[in-house]
Formats: sequence, structure tokens, C-alpha cells
Amino acid sequence: MINVLYFAWLRERIGVASEQVETQAKTVADLVAELCARDERYAVAFEDLGALRVALDQDLAEFDAPLAGVREVAFFPPMTGG
Amino acid sequence: MVIRVESAPFDFTTEAGAFGAGRHDIGAIVTFCGIVRDLTGDLQAMQIEHYPGMTERALMKIEAEATARWQLADSLIIHRFGLMRPGETIMMVATAAAHRADAFAAAEFLMDYLKSRAPFWKKEQSRGGETWVAAKAEDEAALTRW
Repeated sequence: MINVLYFAWLRERIGVASEQVETQAKTVADLVAELCARDERYAVAFEDLGALRVALDQDLAEFDAPLAGVREVAFFPPMTGG
Repeated sequence: MVIRVESAPFDFTTEAGAFGAGRHDIGAIVTFCGIVRDLTGDLQAMQIEHYPGMTERALMKIEAEATARWQLADSLIIHRFGLMRPGETIMMVATAAAHRADAFAAAEFLMDYLKSRAPFWKKEQSRGGETWVAAKAEDEAALTRW
């Protein structure tokens, strides 16, 4: 089980802020593919991965990063702090 | 070294006045304050979302990096989340050092990294509706100078 979080417009498009996902995905990209296959909302939200960022256990990561041992995955658009 | 992520308004001048007060090893303090701006007169409010936990973690990493690069006596980052009106203070950064070059450089570094590497997202609310603020390419490009 992995806790998956969504922020900003990604959260709005998918319709939930977080969810528990049962997955055998080996990488972040595999997890995204699983989510997209599950429902059209995900496919639309994840259409352009270049416009999204991912964090694994609260550290920024790449989409080809492995998920082994990861408890929390967060997807979000580029950050706009300051 | 202090990091505060909070929704309540804060008073920039009070925070800036208390920062570094009473210390005699500080020769320079640089402060920056970010404010909700409304250049067109249409903005009603700014909503800032963040990622609790990762936000503090990211800011601590950025602050630790600044402390490793420059001779800092102290630093402070305050960043708000939630709903803010035009004119309200969003965030502030303060750096203190023996010499001004370290304080200036560290403050700019903190701001550059905070804009693109701390998990905050701004949404503008105007009469026309709500719009997520898009990240600027120049903000990302600013990181390459460090």
C-alpha cells in the first residue's frame, strides 16, 4: 500500500487530495500508468508529465525513480512559492 | 535558524526588528518581504496551498544549504498558506552575517530556491474566476546561477 497525494490543479482534476493505492508498480512512471488505466480523470490529469513534479517520501524525485520502500508519493505542478 | 510555515498574518516590521536583536557578532542584516500584489485591480484574494511536512523539510534543506555556503550568524524564513488579500504579507526571509556580502547572497539564494523548490502553489481569485499561478521559466533558470 502506498499513500498517494495530489496538490493544486492536479488535486482538482483528479478530485481527491490523497488515497491509498494497492500497487506492484516498480517505478513512479509505472504507478502513473496504473492510475491512468484505472480512470479517465487520471489519464487527463497526467497527460503531460513534463508539466508535473513528483516527491517520494517528501523529497523531489524523477518519474523513473524506483518505488521500493516508498510510503508516500506526491504529484503536483511546478511549485510557486515566495 | 528559524522556519515558520503558518496561516496567520504576521507583522514584517516586528519580525525584522526582533531578528538578530541583542547580538554583537552581526554586522549586516538583509530582509525580504513578499506581498500579494494586484497590478490590474481585479485580484480579490490569493489562496496558497502547501504540502505539510514536505514544506518544512524542503525549507530546512534550503536553509542548511545557505548556511553551508555562506558565513551566516542567523536566518529566518516565514511563509504563510491559506487565504490572503492584496497588500497582505505572504512571506519573509531574513539573513544575518558579520559582513553584508554573505547576508545579501544568502537572502537571494533562499528566495530563488524557495520559489521553485518549496512545495507551495498560488491560486488567484478574481471577479473572472480562479486561476492557478503558473511557474515561470525564469524562476527555474535563476537556480543555475548558484
